[in-house]
Amino acid sequence: MSDARTEMLSRIRTALGTSTPEATSVPREYRAAGEHAAGSAEVLEVLVDRLVDYKAHVHQVAAADLPGLLAELLGPGSVVVPPGIDAAWLAGLAEVEVRTDSREAPLSAVELDGIDAVVTAARVAVAETGTIVLDGEPDQGRRAISLVPDVHVCVVRTDQVVQTVPEAVRLLDADPGRPLTWISGPSATSDIELDRVEGVHGPRTLHVALVS
Amino acid sequence: MRIALAATCIADAMFPQAPKAVVTLLERLGHEVVFPAAQACCGQMHVNTGYLADAVPVVRNHVRTFAPVADGEWDAVVVPSGSCTGSIRHQQKMVLERAGLGAEARTATAVSERTYELSELLVDVLGVTDVGAWFPHRVTYHPTCHSLRMLGVGDKPERLLRAVEGLELVPLEQAEGCCGFGGTFSLKNADTSAAMLDDKVANVVGTGAEVLTAGDWSCLMHIGGGLSRGGTGVRPMHLAEILVSTREAPVVPADRQEVAR
Amino acid sequence: MSTFLGMPATRTGRGPSPDAAPGTLGGVGRPEDPLHWGASFPDAAKAALENDQLRRNLGNATATIRSKRARVVGEVPDWEALRDAGSAIKGDVLARLPELLEELERNVTARGGVVHWARDAAEANRIVADLVRAKETDEVVKVKSMATQEIGLNEALAEEGIAAVETDLAELIVQLADDMPSHILVPAIHRNRTEIRDIFLERMGDAPPDLTDVPRELAMAARAHLRRKFLSAKVAISGANFAVADTGTLAVVESEGNGRMCLTLPETLITVMGIEKLVPTYRDLEVFLQLLPRSSTGERMNPYTSMWTGVTPGDGPQEFHLVLLDNGRTKVLADEAGRSALHCIRCSACLNVCPVYERVGGHAYGSVYPGPIGAILTPQLTGEKSDLPYASTLCGACYEVCPVKIDIPSILVELRAREVELGGASPDAADRVWKAAMKAASFAMADGARFRRAARVPRALRAISRHGVIKRLPFPGSLWTRSRDLPEPPKQTFHDWWAEREDER
Ligand code: SF4
Repeated sequence: MSDARTEMLSRIRTALGTSTPEATSVPREYRAAGEHAAGSAEVLEVLVDRLVDYKAHVHQVAAADLPGLLAELLGPGSVVVPPGIDAAWLAGLAEVEVRTDSREAPLSAVELDGIDAVVTAARVAVAETGTIVLDGEPDQGRRAISLVPDVHVCVVRTDQVVQTVPEAVRLLDADPGRPLTWISGPSATSDIELDRVEGVHGPRTLHVALVS
Repeated sequence: MRIALAATCIADAMFPQAPKAVVTLLERLGHEVVFPAAQACCGQMHVNTGYLADAVPVVRNHVRTFAPVADGEWDAVVVPSGSCTGSIRHQQKMVLERAGLGAEARTATAVSERTYELSELLVDVLGVTDVGAWFPHRVTYHPTCHSLRMLGVGDKPERLLRAVEGLELVPLEQAEGCCGFGGTFSLKNADTSAAMLDDKVANVVGTGAEVLTAGDWSCLMHIGGGLSRGGTGVRPMHLAEILVSTREAPVVPADRQEVAR
Repeated sequence: MSTFLGMPATRTGRGPSPDAAPGTLGGVGRPEDPLHWGASFPDAAKAALENDQLRRNLGNATATIRSKRARVVGEVPDWEALRDAGSAIKGDVLARLPELLEELERNVTARGGVVHWARDAAEANRIVADLVRAKETDEVVKVKSMATQEIGLNEALAEEGIAAVETDLAELIVQLADDMPSHILVPAIHRNRTEIRDIFLERMGDAPPDLTDVPRELAMAARAHLRRKFLSAKVAISGANFAVADTGTLAVVESEGNGRMCLTLPETLITVMGIEKLVPTYRDLEVFLQLLPRSSTGERMNPYTSMWTGVTPGDGPQEFHLVLLDNGRTKVLADEAGRSALHCIRCSACLNVCPVYERVGGHAYGSVYPGPIGAILTPQLTGEKSDLPYASTLCGACYEVCPVKIDIPSILVELRAREVELGGASPDAADRVWKAAMKAASFAMADGARFRRAARVPRALRAISRHGVIKRLPFPGSLWTRSRDLPEPPKQTFHDWWAEREDER
């Protein structure tokens, strides 16, 4: 295999030869940030608009009302949560079996398939694209838990919402090794006559709780 | 201004009414037109077909013929074709450089910097949109691909047409879609070319226009051939042929064949 | 030959077959060489043009994506600046490719991944097959990937007794129908809902017998079918949209969640990636994650993007292999004029705006890479003589939309020049005719006086014109007059008119 490596690298060097394309500096005239501050009313309005467009359900609540909202969204059934979730969020749940999943004590895929819903926090959200990013920290959990259950309730603090993609990438760049999931609405396909069908393999229902 | 005309080989041989109209129009606007008789072709056909070596003598002839514009003998070169202008601007230098003709490549660049497609010359260089034309007919405009995308003439032709007295400009559905000509594409991929032509013809007919205009006789020959085959009665006319029409010397689409020749 | 139900896939490629035997699903079969199969482009295009259903499907689909793309690109104020950055980043990647690949390898390895190098398709397939066999499984799940289509990985695995299950809906449709993809992004764009239902009923063992052709129902049938596979798969195979050299991070951009399933649930993940998929820094993702979704699906952002760096203990696959693939890419790189084809991020925008693709579809190109990008990339990857560089009117619509500003029309012209050189080495009859015609035209058009005489020649055709038009010409003029009239040539050329005018003065 080292043969292939050596040969490929030398092929590349030969191909570039003397006519190496100039290693130019990259022009970055594009917007590094939006005109509105993170968490501002303008930014939130755009995020909500985009999420609704993707057919996600958006709930704007004060922190104190979050447990009530979760209780309402998670009717009778089962829910999986990451280990670092704020226990107060779940205080209002009744008739809900709560399972905790962690890297140390993971549930199997089959077990997750038997659970109705998942509640996670988020790392950052991008208003212009209607995107929520999870980075696998303890309040968000392993990637599998936000994937297999059919309902995902994602709790986003309003101050986590930035306007543009570059703002989010700058934030994530601090810990580039973390496994990321960028979520923009529930899963969807347009593979049949480009007719959009929401909800294929990922959660078919996405609730976003925007907490101020 | 002294303006040199590059008639283009196809119009010279097949559609002389277009360069004639350019001459009349520019003279009417008070300019002097010269026609360097040594000209033949810009080389586009050879380049686009991949015959770069055969393109070299053709391109050299063009550059040599129009070199005086680089020395200020003429103020500009006008070309009644978007794709030939595009070839002069984007291909001639490359052809000459690859042939190792560095000095001529530099001349080619200098010539191309003073070479304009007709609507560019009128609007950008001469600063006119109302050329005093009169043409009381229903017209639709096809923006040819090279005018639109290689040159970026934008809405200049439409601005010129809107200023023509009596002219009713009707929008063309899917105007920006290619007509399927593509030079030798129309022969090498004749079936695909014909399928694209069918759609363009249907859209032109859908406008109810009496005249189809464009800035390129090559595409007009293709679409016009389809319009004629379909018995549609829509006449293809170059932009210059409309702009040259006045109350005193009107151009009548129906006798276009006769008037032109 | 067509492929009959229940029989193994044919390994001799065929173009779109309008005369498929009854009882088949119209798939074109899996070709021996995914980069070169089927009839010549003009012939395959002709067959496709005769298929009205196909033309309608394609026309509707491309028109829909085109307008979606235009809308979401239009709302980005700095779109051109993003394109400039995207193009420059990719140029920089090519210029520093050896260093960046080594940097990527170091970072992936440091995070617990294993990097493999594959010079060609056979080597890549061998590496993957050995890795899968070591896991003692005979079934793997796959995320849609152009690189693995290009190397025919599924067929190679099948020969080793390993079933590779495509999990992207469109890829699944193509796989079940024993077909080839006809679009980079929507591989089954040539199929309508009824055909898809029939394919599912005939080939997807567990499809509900009362399945209708409603897209939602079809998608749910695929969900149910694949869920069992996801939950039990031990090994997944993916491609990659981007690999970040300075962190070792890989990214996969998708919509359905099948990607997340494959990238997250199995114990082992094998990613096959072309060497040009690199970006130098993590920050560069901010450019491409804006350019790609809007250009490809016409969405502000695709539903899911996954990023991972080597192995994350306790989260996702605990074994990760990255296969770096050459398979002709270094040949493309060696060509100064054509190397920017390696900037491509496979968004498919150029296909959707291409007036030729829109009418003939992807199979006519006889390559897993169809459309404008396929017309430049395929001949460069194979280095063979090809008619694809001529499969374009040079209308420029592709260049206008390409998010990384690949000047496809100029590269097509360069490749035509190469075809002329290749044609000169071993000319066929057509090459000889063209060559003679171009020589003669070159002579006539290189001198004003000679041109003036030549320009009078068409006048002879006035003898056969009626009412100002010519309806029929002998070959090769018949190629023109078959579909269009030729106007009667003028009595006097412009050259002659001008000379007369000068004389009169
Ligand atoms: S060539 Fe450009 S437009 Fe075409 S698929 Fe590649 S990146 Fe997209």
